[in-house]
Amino acid sequence: MTGPEYAGLGGWTPEKLGVPGAVRPVVTAPEPVLSRPGPEVDPTSAEVVRLAADLVATMRVSPGCVGLAAPQVGVSAQVFAVDVTGHPKAVTVHGTFVLCNARVVEASRWKAGREGCMSVPDLTGDVKRASRLVVEGALPGSGEPVRLVTDGFEARALQHEIDHCAGLLFLDRVAGAHAIYQRKVYL
Amino acid sequence: MNELAITVIGRDRPGIVADVAEVLARLGANLTDSTMTRLRGHFAMTLICVGPAAADVEAALAPLAADGHLLATVRAVTPDAGSEPTGEPYVLAVHGADRMGIVAAMTRVLTDAGGNVTDLSTRLTGSLYVVVAEVELPPGVSDEVAGRLTRVAAELGVGVSLRPADTDLL
Repeated sequence: MTGPEYAGLGGWTPEKLGVPGAVRPVVTAPEPVLSRPGPEVDPTSAEVVRLAADLVATMRVSPGCVGLAAPQVGVSAQVFAVDVTGHPKAVTVHGTFVLCNARVVEASRWKAGREGCMSVPDLTGDVKRASRLVVEGALPGSGEPVRLVTDGFEARALQHEIDHCAGLLFLDRVAGAHAIYQRKVYL
Repeated sequence: MNELAITVIGRDRPGIVADVAEVLARLGANLTDSTMTRLRGHFAMTLICVGPAAADVEAALAPLAADGHLLATVRAVTPDAGSEPTGEPYVLAVHGADRMGIVAAMTRVLTDAGGNVTDLSTRLTGSLYVVVAEVELPPGVSDEVAGRLTRVAAELGVGVSLRPADTDLL
Protein backbone atom coordinates (compact mmCIF):
# COMPACT_ATOMS: atom_id res chain seq x y z
CA MET A 1 0.00 0.00 0.00
CA THR A 2 2.56 2.55 -1.10
CA GLY A 3 2.98 4.81 -4.09
CA PRO A 4 1.38 8.10 -4.99
CA GLU A 5 -1.99 6.60 -5.93
CA TYR A 6 -2.51 5.46 -2.34
CA ALA A 7 -1.52 8.81 -0.86
CA GLY A 8 -5.15 9.95 -0.73
CA LEU A 9 -6.03 7.27 1.80
CA GLY A 10 -2.92 7.60 3.95
CA GLY A 11 -2.48 3.84 4.14
CA TRP A 12 -5.99 3.18 5.44
CA THR A 13 -7.13 -0.45 5.52
CA PRO A 14 -10.37 -2.01 6.79
CA GLU A 15 -8.38 -3.54 9.67
CA LYS A 16 -8.12 -0.04 11.14
CA LEU A 17 -11.86 -0.20 11.86
CA GLY A 18 -10.97 -2.61 14.65
CA VAL A 19 -14.26 -4.48 14.51
CA PRO A 20 -15.13 -7.63 12.58
CA GLY A 21 -17.67 -7.10 9.83
CA ALA A 22 -20.87 -9.07 9.57
CA VAL A 23 -22.37 -10.06 6.24
CA ARG A 24 -25.72 -8.31 5.78
CA PRO A 25 -28.43 -9.22 3.28
CA VAL A 26 -28.39 -7.10 0.11
CA VAL A 27 -31.73 -5.52 -0.77
CA THR A 28 -33.02 -5.18 -4.32
CA ALA A 29 -35.20 -2.64 -6.13
CA PRO A 30 -37.99 -1.63 -5.62
CA GLU A 31 -36.99 -1.56 -1.93
CA PRO A 32 -37.74 2.09 -0.98
CA VAL A 33 -34.45 2.61 0.88
CA LEU A 34 -32.66 2.44 -2.49
CA SER A 35 -34.56 5.51 -3.73
CA ARG A 36 -34.13 7.63 -0.61
CA PRO A 37 -31.22 10.10 -0.29
CA GLY A 38 -29.13 8.97 2.66
CA PRO A 39 -28.30 11.47 5.42
CA GLU A 40 -24.73 12.50 6.20
CA VAL A 41 -23.18 10.47 9.01
CA ASP A 42 -20.75 11.01 11.86
CA PRO A 43 -17.83 8.93 10.56
CA THR A 44 -16.41 8.50 14.06
CA SER A 45 -19.55 6.97 15.56
CA ALA A 46 -19.46 3.31 16.60
CA GLU A 47 -22.54 2.69 14.48
CA VAL A 48 -20.85 3.97 11.31
CA VAL A 49 -17.66 2.03 12.06
CA ARG A 50 -19.73 -1.16 12.39
CA LEU A 51 -21.61 -0.34 9.18
CA ALA A 52 -18.30 0.24 7.36
CA ALA A 53 -16.98 -3.14 8.52
CA ASP A 54 -20.23 -4.82 7.49
CA LEU A 55 -20.12 -3.24 4.02
CA VAL A 56 -16.57 -4.55 3.49
CA ALA A 57 -17.53 -8.03 4.74
CA THR A 58 -20.64 -8.16 2.55
CA MET A 59 -18.75 -6.88 -0.49
CA ARG A 60 -16.08 -9.55 0.00
CA VAL A 61 -18.50 -12.46 0.06
CA SER A 62 -20.43 -11.24 -2.98
CA PRO A 63 -18.94 -12.66 -6.20
CA GLY A 64 -17.76 -9.97 -8.62
CA CYS A 65 -18.78 -7.17 -6.26
CA VAL A 66 -16.51 -4.12 -6.50
CA GLY A 67 -18.57 -1.74 -4.38
CA LEU A 68 -21.43 -1.66 -1.92
CA ALA A 69 -23.33 1.30 -0.50
CA ALA A 70 -25.21 1.51 2.80
CA PRO A 71 -28.68 1.69 1.16
CA GLN A 72 -27.93 -1.68 -0.48
CA VAL A 73 -27.84 -3.29 2.97
CA GLY A 74 -30.98 -1.42 3.96
CA VAL A 75 -29.34 1.54 5.74
CA SER A 76 -30.08 5.04 4.49
CA ALA A 77 -26.69 6.71 4.99
CA GLN A 78 -23.83 8.23 3.02
CA VAL A 79 -21.36 5.37 3.50
CA PHE A 80 -19.99 2.98 0.89
CA ALA A 81 -17.17 0.48 0.33
CA VAL A 82 -15.20 0.07 -2.90
CA ASP A 83 -12.54 -2.40 -4.00
CA VAL A 84 -11.65 -2.76 -7.68
CA THR A 85 -8.37 -4.59 -6.99
CA GLY A 86 -7.61 -7.05 -9.79
CA HIS A 87 -10.38 -5.88 -12.09
CA PRO A 88 -9.19 -6.04 -15.70
CA LYS A 89 -10.53 -2.56 -16.50
CA ALA A 90 -9.08 -0.84 -13.44
CA VAL A 91 -6.18 1.57 -13.94
CA THR A 92 -5.72 3.49 -10.70
CA VAL A 93 -6.54 1.25 -7.73
CA HIS A 94 -6.79 2.39 -4.10
CA GLY A 95 -7.42 -1.08 -2.67
CA THR A 96 -10.27 -1.66 -0.24
CA PHE A 97 -11.68 1.50 1.31
CA VAL A 98 -14.80 2.95 2.86
CA LEU A 99 -15.84 6.58 2.50
CA CYS A 100 -18.41 8.58 4.44
CA ASN A 101 -20.20 11.70 3.20
CA ALA A 102 -18.38 11.48 -0.14
CA ARG A 103 -18.98 13.92 -2.95
CA VAL A 104 -17.62 14.42 -6.44
CA VAL A 105 -15.60 17.61 -6.66
CA GLU A 106 -14.18 17.21 -10.18
CA ALA A 107 -15.40 15.06 -13.05
CA SER A 108 -14.25 14.95 -16.66
CA ARG A 109 -13.74 12.69 -19.70
CA TRP A 110 -17.24 11.26 -19.75
CA LYS A 111 -17.53 7.80 -21.26
CA ALA A 112 -20.52 5.56 -21.88
CA GLY A 113 -20.47 2.05 -20.48
CA ARG A 114 -22.90 -0.72 -19.61
CA GLU A 115 -23.51 -1.16 -15.89
CA GLY A 116 -25.14 -3.74 -13.71
CA CYS A 117 -25.93 -3.60 -10.00
CA MET A 118 -26.46 -6.21 -7.29
CA SER A 119 -29.61 -4.34 -6.26
CA VAL A 120 -31.07 -4.47 -9.80
CA PRO A 121 -30.14 -8.06 -10.62
CA ASP A 122 -32.12 -8.55 -13.83
CA LEU A 123 -31.26 -5.41 -15.80
CA THR A 124 -28.24 -3.58 -17.17
CA GLY A 125 -28.07 -0.11 -18.68
CA ASP A 126 -25.86 2.23 -20.66
CA VAL A 127 -24.66 5.06 -18.43
CA LYS A 128 -22.19 7.88 -19.01
CA ARG A 129 -19.65 8.31 -16.22
CA ALA A 130 -16.61 10.51 -15.79
CA SER A 131 -13.38 8.58 -16.34
CA ARG A 132 -11.35 11.23 -14.47
CA LEU A 133 -12.64 11.92 -10.99
CA VAL A 134 -11.79 13.68 -7.76
CA VAL A 135 -13.81 12.69 -4.71
CA GLU A 136 -13.71 14.09 -1.19
CA GLY A 137 -15.05 12.32 1.87
CA ALA A 138 -14.16 11.11 5.34
CA LEU A 139 -12.68 7.84 6.55
CA PRO A 140 -14.79 5.84 8.99
CA GLY A 141 -13.26 5.61 12.46
CA SER A 142 -10.82 8.51 12.43
CA GLY A 143 -13.16 10.77 10.48
CA GLU A 144 -10.06 12.02 8.68
CA PRO A 145 -10.93 13.96 5.50
CA VAL A 146 -9.57 12.43 2.29
CA ARG A 147 -9.32 13.49 -1.32
CA LEU A 148 -9.10 10.71 -3.91
CA VAL A 149 -7.92 11.26 -7.46
CA THR A 150 -8.80 8.33 -9.68
CA ASP A 151 -9.83 7.26 -13.15
CA GLY A 152 -11.31 4.50 -15.30
CA PHE A 153 -13.13 1.67 -13.60
CA GLU A 154 -12.52 2.87 -10.04
CA ALA A 155 -13.97 6.27 -11.02
CA ARG A 156 -17.07 4.53 -12.42
CA ALA A 157 -17.48 2.45 -9.27
CA LEU A 158 -17.18 5.54 -7.04
CA GLN A 159 -19.83 7.44 -9.01
CA HIS A 160 -22.16 4.42 -8.87
CA GLU A 161 -21.78 4.16 -5.07
CA ILE A 162 -22.07 7.92 -4.46
CA ASP A 163 -25.30 7.76 -6.49
CA HIS A 164 -26.59 4.96 -4.22
CA CYS A 165 -25.97 7.20 -1.19
CA ALA A 166 -28.04 9.91 -2.91
CA GLY A 167 -30.91 7.48 -3.56
CA LEU A 168 -30.08 7.08 -7.25
CA LEU A 169 -29.77 3.85 -9.22
CA PHE A 170 -28.09 3.47 -12.63
CA LEU A 171 -31.68 3.35 -13.92
CA ASP A 172 -31.92 7.07 -13.09
CA ARG A 173 -29.03 7.80 -15.44
CA VAL A 174 -29.58 5.51 -18.46
CA ALA A 175 -28.79 7.08 -21.81
CA GLY A 176 -32.27 6.66 -23.30
CA ALA A 177 -35.43 4.62 -23.72
CA HIS A 178 -33.52 1.94 -25.56
CA ALA A 179 -30.60 1.75 -23.15
CA ILE A 180 -31.83 -0.78 -20.60
CA TYR A 181 -31.39 -4.46 -21.22
CA GLN A 182 -32.45 -7.73 -19.69
CA ARG A 183 -29.37 -9.01 -17.89
CA LYS A 184 -27.92 -11.87 -19.88
CA VAL A 185 -27.42 -15.22 -18.20
CA TYR A 186 -23.90 -16.36 -18.94
CA LEU A 187 -23.14 -19.97 -19.69
CA MET B 1 -53.94 -15.04 -15.38
CA ASN B 2 -54.17 -14.22 -19.11
CA GLU B 3 -51.02 -13.06 -20.84
CA LEU B 4 -51.69 -10.98 -23.93
CA ALA B 5 -49.50 -9.80 -26.81
CA ILE B 6 -50.81 -6.47 -28.05
CA THR B 7 -49.63 -4.39 -31.00
CA VAL B 8 -50.81 -0.91 -31.83
CA ILE B 9 -49.52 0.96 -34.88
CA GLY B 10 -50.63 4.11 -36.59
CA ARG B 11 -49.77 7.58 -37.84
CA ASP B 12 -47.88 9.25 -35.00
CA ARG B 13 -49.67 11.91 -32.99
CA PRO B 14 -49.30 13.12 -29.41
CA GLY B 15 -51.33 11.02 -26.98
CA ILE B 16 -51.27 7.52 -28.48
CA VAL B 17 -49.42 6.02 -25.50
CA ALA B 18 -51.67 7.80 -23.00
CA ASP B 19 -54.83 6.73 -24.85
CA VAL B 20 -53.82 3.06 -25.13
CA ALA B 21 -52.35 2.85 -21.62
CA GLU B 22 -55.50 4.41 -20.17
CA VAL B 23 -57.73 1.83 -21.85
CA LEU B 24 -55.53 -0.98 -20.54
CA ALA B 25 -55.39 0.44 -17.02
CA ARG B 26 -59.18 0.86 -16.90
CA LEU B 27 -59.55 -2.82 -17.85
CA GLY B 28 -57.09 -3.91 -15.17
CA ALA B 29 -54.57 -5.04 -17.78
CA ASN B 30 -51.10 -4.75 -16.26
CA LEU B 31 -48.52 -3.54 -18.77
CA THR B 32 -45.36 -5.62 -18.27
CA ASP B 33 -42.63 -5.55 -20.96
CA SER B 34 -43.08 -3.25 -23.93
CA THR B 35 -41.30 -1.29 -26.60
CA MET B 36 -42.81 1.75 -28.21
CA THR B 37 -41.11 3.75 -30.90
CA ARG B 38 -41.65 5.92 -33.95
CA LEU B 39 -40.88 4.26 -37.26
CA ARG B 40 -40.94 6.61 -40.26
CA GLY B 41 -43.81 8.63 -38.86
CA HIS B 42 -45.77 5.61 -37.64
CA PHE B 43 -45.93 4.99 -33.92
CA ALA B 44 -45.53 1.31 -33.11
CA MET B 45 -46.28 -0.28 -29.74
CA THR B 46 -45.58 -3.90 -28.89
CA LEU B 47 -46.79 -4.80 -25.42
CA ILE B 48 -47.19 -7.76 -23.15
CA CYS B 49 -50.04 -7.39 -20.65
CA VAL B 50 -51.51 -9.63 -18.01
CA GLY B 51 -55.07 -9.51 -16.82
CA PRO B 52 -58.29 -9.53 -18.79
CA ALA B 53 -59.44 -11.75 -21.64
CA ALA B 54 -58.18 -10.94 -25.13
CA ALA B 55 -61.69 -10.25 -26.42
CA ASP B 56 -62.30 -7.63 -23.73
CA VAL B 57 -59.10 -5.79 -24.58
CA GLU B 58 -59.87 -5.95 -28.28
CA ALA B 59 -63.32 -4.47 -27.69
CA ALA B 60 -61.95 -1.73 -25.45
CA LEU B 61 -59.29 -0.72 -28.00
CA ALA B 62 -61.77 -0.75 -30.90
CA PRO B 63 -62.96 2.88 -30.41
CA LEU B 64 -59.34 4.08 -30.67
CA ALA B 65 -59.03 2.33 -34.03
CA ALA B 66 -62.44 3.46 -35.26
CA ASP B 67 -61.13 6.45 -37.22
CA GLY B 68 -58.85 4.16 -39.21
CA HIS B 69 -55.64 5.82 -38.05
CA LEU B 70 -54.66 3.15 -35.54
CA LEU B 71 -54.49 -0.60 -35.98
CA ALA B 72 -54.60 -2.71 -32.82
CA THR B 73 -54.20 -6.47 -32.47
CA VAL B 74 -54.59 -8.57 -29.34
CA ARG B 75 -53.79 -12.21 -28.88
CA ALA B 76 -53.42 -14.53 -25.93
CA VAL B 77 -49.92 -15.95 -25.51
CA THR B 78 -48.37 -18.59 -23.29
CA PRO B 79 -46.36 -17.06 -20.45
CA ASP B 80 -42.60 -17.47 -20.78
CA ALA B 81 -41.28 -20.11 -18.43
CA GLY B 82 -38.17 -17.99 -17.84
CA SER B 83 -35.21 -17.37 -20.10
CA GLU B 84 -32.85 -20.25 -20.74
CA PRO B 85 -29.16 -19.76 -20.16
CA THR B 86 -27.99 -18.60 -23.57
CA GLY B 87 -24.71 -17.14 -24.69
CA GLU B 88 -22.40 -14.18 -24.49
CA PRO B 89 -23.81 -10.74 -25.35
CA TYR B 90 -22.54 -8.80 -28.36
CA VAL B 91 -23.59 -5.68 -30.21
CA LEU B 92 -23.71 -5.89 -34.01
CA ALA B 93 -23.62 -2.67 -36.02
CA VAL B 94 -24.00 -2.49 -39.78
CA HIS B 95 -24.09 0.64 -41.92
CA GLY B 96 -23.80 1.45 -45.57
CA ALA B 97 -25.73 2.18 -48.71
CA ASP B 98 -29.22 0.74 -48.59
CA ARG B 99 -29.92 -2.37 -50.61
CA MET B 100 -32.20 -5.38 -50.46
CA GLY B 101 -31.33 -8.19 -48.08
CA ILE B 102 -28.87 -6.69 -45.57
CA VAL B 103 -30.81 -7.79 -42.47
CA ALA B 104 -31.58 -11.19 -44.01
CA ALA B 105 -27.95 -11.92 -44.85
CA MET B 106 -26.51 -10.69 -41.55
CA THR B 107 -28.99 -12.44 -39.30
CA ARG B 108 -28.60 -15.68 -41.27
CA VAL B 109 -24.90 -15.68 -40.37
CA LEU B 110 -25.83 -15.25 -36.69
CA THR B 111 -28.48 -17.97 -36.77
CA ASP B 112 -26.21 -20.44 -38.53
CA ALA B 113 -23.65 -19.93 -35.73
CA GLY B 114 -26.23 -20.73 -33.06
CA GLY B 115 -26.67 -17.05 -32.17
CA ASN B 116 -29.86 -15.35 -31.09
CA VAL B 117 -30.98 -11.78 -31.80
CA THR B 118 -32.58 -10.28 -28.69
CA ASP B 119 -33.04 -6.70 -29.88
CA LEU B 120 -32.69 -5.10 -33.29
CA SER B 121 -33.34 -1.67 -34.78
CA THR B 122 -32.94 -0.48 -38.35
CA ARG B 123 -33.01 3.06 -39.69
CA LEU B 124 -32.99 4.31 -43.25
CA THR B 125 -32.03 7.93 -43.62
CA GLY B 126 -31.38 9.20 -47.11
CA SER B 127 -29.43 6.39 -48.72
CA LEU B 128 -27.76 5.40 -45.43
CA TYR B 129 -28.99 2.16 -43.89
CA VAL B 130 -28.15 1.34 -40.27
CA VAL B 131 -28.72 -1.87 -38.33
CA VAL B 132 -27.91 -2.22 -34.63
CA ALA B 133 -28.62 -5.51 -32.88
CA GLU B 134 -28.11 -7.10 -29.50
CA VAL B 135 -26.99 -10.66 -30.11
CA GLU B 136 -26.25 -13.66 -27.95
CA LEU B 137 -23.58 -15.98 -29.29
CA PRO B 138 -22.45 -19.39 -28.04
CA PRO B 139 -19.08 -19.15 -26.24
CA GLY B 140 -16.01 -19.23 -28.47
CA VAL B 141 -17.62 -18.52 -31.83
CA SER B 142 -17.38 -14.74 -31.98
CA ASP B 143 -14.15 -14.54 -34.01
CA GLU B 144 -15.50 -16.93 -36.62
CA VAL B 145 -18.83 -15.09 -36.72
CA ALA B 146 -17.08 -11.73 -37.06
CA GLY B 147 -15.09 -13.13 -40.00
CA ARG B 148 -18.20 -14.42 -41.72
CA LEU B 149 -20.07 -11.17 -41.11
CA THR B 150 -17.17 -9.24 -42.62
CA ARG B 151 -17.21 -11.40 -45.76
CA VAL B 152 -21.00 -11.08 -46.15
CA ALA B 153 -20.80 -7.33 -45.50
CA ALA B 154 -18.12 -6.97 -48.18
CA GLU B 155 -20.39 -8.72 -50.69
CA LEU B 156 -23.19 -6.29 -49.75
CA GLY B 157 -20.87 -3.27 -49.81
CA VAL B 158 -21.58 -2.32 -46.18
CA GLY B 159 -19.46 -2.02 -43.03
CA VAL B 160 -19.96 -4.27 -40.02
CA SER B 161 -18.68 -4.45 -36.45
CA LEU B 162 -19.27 -7.00 -33.73
CA ARG B 163 -18.17 -6.09 -30.24
CA PRO B 164 -18.76 -7.60 -26.80
CA ALA B 165 -21.52 -5.89 -24.83
CA ASP B 166 -19.64 -6.39 -21.61
CA THR B 167 -21.26 -5.17 -18.44
CA ASP B 168 -19.46 -3.64 -15.48
CA LEU B 169 -21.00 -5.09 -12.35
CA LEU B 170 -20.85 -2.51 -9.61
